[in-house]
Amino acid sequence: MRCFVGIDLGSTTTKAVVLDTEGRVLGRGITNSRSNYDLAAEVARTEAFVSARFNHLEREVERAGGAAALARLLRAFRMEQMKVQLANLRARIGDEIGRTVAPGRRAAAASAVEEIFRRIDGEEERRLAEESPPARSDFFRDAAGSAYARLAEEVAAPAGVTFDLLLGLYDKCIVAVENEPLALGFREHIGQALHRAEASGAVRAAVEASATAELEVAGTVGTGYGRARLPFPKEQVRSEILCHGLGAHVLFPGTRTVLDIGGQDTKAIQVDARGIVTGFQMNDRCAAGCGRYLGYIADEMNMGLHELGPLALQSRRPVKISSTCTVFAGAELRERLSLGEKREDILAGLHRAVILRAMSLLARSGGIQDEFTFTGGVARNEAGVRALEGLVAENYGPRRINISADSIYTGALGAAHFARRGAAA
Amino acid sequence: MADDAEKDRSMLLQKEMIGAHYRRLELAPETREPVVYTFVPGNLTELIRSFGALPVLPEINALQSAMRGRSMPFIAAAEKAGHSEDVCSYVKCDVGMMKAGNIGPTGTRLPRPDLLLLSYTGCYTFMKWFELLREEYGCPTVFLQVPYQGDGVETREQRAFMVRQIRETLIPALEAVSGRRYDEDLLRENLARSAASEDDLVAVLQSAKGRPSPIDAYFGAVYYVGPIFSAFRGTPEGRAYYAELRREVEERAARGEGPATPAGRLDRQKHRLVVEGPPNWTHFREFWRMFADEGAVVVASTYSKVGGTYDFGFRHDPSDPLGSLADYCSGCYTNRSLPSRVAMIESYVREYGADGFLIHSVKSCNSFSAGQLTILRELERRTGAPGAFIESDLVDARYFSAANLKNRLESYFQMLDARRAGATA
Repeated sequence: MRCFVGIDLGSTTTKAVVLDTEGRVLGRGITNSRSNYDLAAEVARTEAFVSARFNHLEREVERAGGAAALARLLRAFRMEQMKVQLANLRARIGDEIGRTVAPGRRAAAASAVEEIFRRIDGEEERRLAEESPPARSDFFRDAAGSAYARLAEEVAAPAGVTFDLLLGLYDKCIVAVENEPLALGFREHIGQALHRAEASGAVRAAVEASATAELEVAGTVGTGYGRARLPFPKEQVRSEILCHGLGAHVLFPGTRTVLDIGGQDTKAIQVDARGIVTGFQMNDRCAAGCGRYLGYIADEMNMGLHELGPLALQSRRPVKISSTCTVFAGAELRERLSLGEKREDILAGLHRAVILRAMSLLARSGGIQDEFTFTGGVARNEAGVRALEGLVAENYGPRRINISADSIYTGALGAAHFARRGAAA
Repeated sequence: MADDAEKDRSMLLQKEMIGAHYRRLELAPETREPVVYTFVPGNLTELIRSFGALPVLPEINALQSAMRGRSMPFIAAAEKAGHSEDVCSYVKCDVGMMKAGNIGPTGTRLPRPDLLLLSYTGCYTFMKWFELLREEYGCPTVFLQVPYQGDGVETREQRAFMVRQIRETLIPALEAVSGRRYDEDLLRENLARSAASEDDLVAVLQSAKGRPSPIDAYFGAVYYVGPIFSAFRGTPEGRAYYAELRREVEERAARGEGPATPAGRLDRQKHRLVVEGPPNWTHFREFWRMFADEGAVVVASTYSKVGGTYDFGFRHDPSDPLGSLADYCSGCYTNRSLPSRVAMIESYVREYGADGFLIHSVKSCNSFSAGQLTILRELERRTGAPGAFIESDLVDARYFSAANLKNRLESYFQMLDARRAGATA
């Protein structure tokens, strides 16, 4: 089957989308960009193809073994991928102990680490057995990191080592694991996953039939902050502004204005009826008011990024905040807290300040036309959306505001469509 | 940055002229040639030179320092002395240079001024700047008041007001510092050479109407306007330079060649642009390369008119020496109202067959930057040509973000491509 790939190398996450010749989405992949764009692009691309494979398998496997069989197979596949990465992490931590831990403490550290990994393995097995295990991060760093930290706390004292030592070992090794290219593709792990999921003969046959279908890449386009790092010729690289414009148009064909708030860029884009960009404005080098700003705030408050919005929504009396300087995010926050302001009121004010900054860019780009599509990581934050809705209505009157659940993939989607249009041209 | 650009003959000639001028300035305390500090917009070089005095142009020193990578220590010295980050970076570069011993951009010492001649042309910062210099040097200062052209035309009364100031205040001051009597015949000779050079410069700038354009009318024009905007207008060296430059450009046009750029000779010109606003000097060639790499040539710019808008017909007139000096001061670009600037850029977009226009807004210069978004919107409305907005600074490298600028420029060029493809689809 011919397909088209779009890759969006963002400053925080890297996304990939695979389309079929009709422009339907076959698969999506996402990973954290770490500081290695080349590898992030490869990981996201592999993930998108894994998800394309499973989407392709969906009907066949469901027919052969039901939805539960497909879900179990996917969990088994993810577990196989996880095991490869865990084995790598375990080996690296072992090396690190030999190199940096004082001889007298080496044995205790090694046995504590062994115990942590033994327990993680057990948890993974139990996860496989559960029908609907709790959701967790798509990124190995986060999934493995939270389990490791939790278990390290349990095993440190009985093993006679400090928690800090164990966590330090993880911190030193995780970057190297993330930056090592590992074989995590569909064909490498589907066999073992079938075995682990104890798949029936009918499911195996369905997978066999579907897995041999070739996905032939007929075109690839890259975009995003790190696009210059992509090993593509120049014609296959498009600016993220064009890709977000086209991606938003594909998701919502009535789109005329797009707002994208990403990790360190905010873009206000105007598009015509064909999704072609007619004008745009973006922030200058200062990342004030971008997604990264909320990230720093979350760190300062010792909260997850996803927890900021819900807390802000509890506010009754939002604090007025005008500065969205990322560098001074912590100082701003501490100052407000010291004045006795409530956390939710400060957060509501911060979200409004972020959106106010975006409103200024939107005004400079030519205003907000109907329909208006909001994309990027901040579009998933309910408090940000609420502030935007209010300010749009206040300044421009009624506007249809589109937000897709898959908005984080908008740039990659636009890139994949550029690849498809390029092949058609 | 590796740079394989070929240099034009005129560029080499200019380099020699500038070097010789700075050497002559260094020797001025011994040769007893009087020194007059003045600014580019509204500079009265013919008159100054007719008294045997040498002009020093502080903003040229600042930009020359930046092009040689020397502006940041000067700016740091000025900030240490109490100037805030938001003060015009030309001012800080100049003040810092003064504090560091007044060593000019070519490494020679600049002499103290015998006279500060401020011919105000649309920039109030100039006044404050010269107040600082007056404080430092304690020398006579002449403030030639040039009425702002708010209505787009110079009235008879305004002209008479300026001529009277030149005759009654400036000329006596120049006589006092030089010990020479005003010699109108000598001034006429200088003005005749100016007018001939201005004819040549206009021919050079208007050659950009050709396809391919034999010049880059922004980055290249910075070199072309150098002598006439600074110390050489009306001098025999200046006259020879412009005759040579015109010959060189006409030969290139006859061969159907494009200009030399940091990315090599630009014969294949994909985008023809008009640019408003001064360039960045700290990364001048890197900035230029962002255009040249994309096949973009600038066919007209407003910055190349800050020292005189000759392409709209003005010439220095030997038969009316003081009157034409007054007209010259009035007509400088920064002394013009926003409607006049819009009309000027509109005529450039139409007459030079531009595909679009770019505004480069600099943090340091309010004279240029205030109102630029209004200019952008109005030009889009009038011409239908797409505009874009990019930002950096004159000589403060901290405000130059290569990735951000490249991102915006690439987006803009790809937008031009997409619109062009859409128009022919």
